[in-house]
Amino acid sequence: MENSDKKDRRTVFVTVGTTLFDALVRAVDTWEVKKELFRKGYTHLLIQIGRGSYIPTKSGTEDGSVSVEYFTFSSSIADHLRSASLVISHAGSGSIFETLRLGKPLIVVVNEDLMDNHQSELAEELAERRYLYCARPQTLHQTIANLEVESLLPYPASDATPVAKMINRFLGFPDD
Amino acid sequence: MDVACGTLISLIFFTIIRVLWVVYQTGKALRPKSPKSMNTLIVLGSGGHTAEMIGVLSTLQKERFCPRYYVAAATDNMSLHKARVLEGSVDDTMGDRGATVQFLQIYRSREVGQSYITSVGTTLVAISHAFWLMIRIRPEVVLCNGPGTCVPLCAIAFLFKVVGVRWSSIFYIESIARVKKLSLSGLLLYKLRMADQFYVQWPQLQRKYPRAHYVGCLM
Repeated sequence: MENSDKKDRRTVFVTVGTTLFDALVRAVDTWEVKKELFRKGYTHLLIQIGRGSYIPTKSGTEDGSVSVEYFTFSSSIADHLRSASLVISHAGSGSIFETLRLGKPLIVVVNEDLMDNHQSELAEELAERRYLYCARPQTLHQTIANLEVESLLPYPASDATPVAKMINRFLGFPDD
Repeated sequence: MDVACGTLISLIFFTIIRVLWVVYQTGKALRPKSPKSMNTLIVLGSGGHTAEMIGVLSTLQKERFCPRYYVAAATDNMSLHKARVLEGSVDDTMGDRGATVQFLQIYRSREVGQSYITSVGTTLVAISHAFWLMIRIRPEVVLCNGPGTCVPLCAIAFLFKVVGVRWSSIFYIESIARVKKLSLSGLLLYKLRMADQFYVQWPQLQRKYPRAHYVGCLM
């Protein structure tokens, strides 16, 4: 029973990062988003809510919808990312690249309440290059409805050797 | 009186000439006859910044950039921890490594949420502390990628060039999170021509800031 349960389990992991993002937690806790996730075959919803004050309603799997669980902070975010089938994240570059490196399908939700909103630049650029989906809290359910995980491209491996080479050349060190 | 006035005018004149000469020399590659290892200052910022910097450092030859001084804000313990992991000295028992790698903390002039009145005092403390660190380190290479703490350190490095204390090469790597616009630190170092080499991770930024070099994604 336990084993087959694990096999069929398809978890959506939601993370707000080191601060708070109530608009995101509230959005994933709506009936529309949960309905769309269930229709796409996801069974569990695990939400990291951070310092936020909005508490999602916990629920089990029995009512033909996704089961919902949440926690505030955890030192094992990496494990949660690894065991997720889909990640819905805030737009911080740390979370974005950690998820892309693990090859997990990712929806980035931009926080429109932040003052210096350069964060949306990165998410939109990466979405244009088809590495992830970019949404706003109020459009999240549409993004999930139109989600095609297979159409996302794998994020290429990064390479710091060009910059290292330029630094070395500038300082007069020979190439090797 | 005339003598004093003349001395002052010529002093100002020579200072301006010197500053212009330093600006002119900034960005010109070094041509050492036999390159030797260089005193390196690495300015770390929070979260994503540090991850990007660690990526660059792991491809640089350690013996060329030696000794290495890591600097992070006093309130940021994570960054220095990551640097220690990179240097393989997590347990703080540095032994003979102590001479080649050092981890230092710097005061920030203003913490998030601090009032502007008290920040006058803390700024003075932060500047004197930055001077004290820079006089001790006298770096030949400065590597930074965005945190606000790098601006005063680069300004002091520039001052050292003008005064003739130490010539340094300043490398600035703009964060991958900056796609269309430079960060405030980046913009300052670019506009004031303090950085010898300025790197960006997106081609559209390079088109906007032509003196920058495009190096591709570091994350």
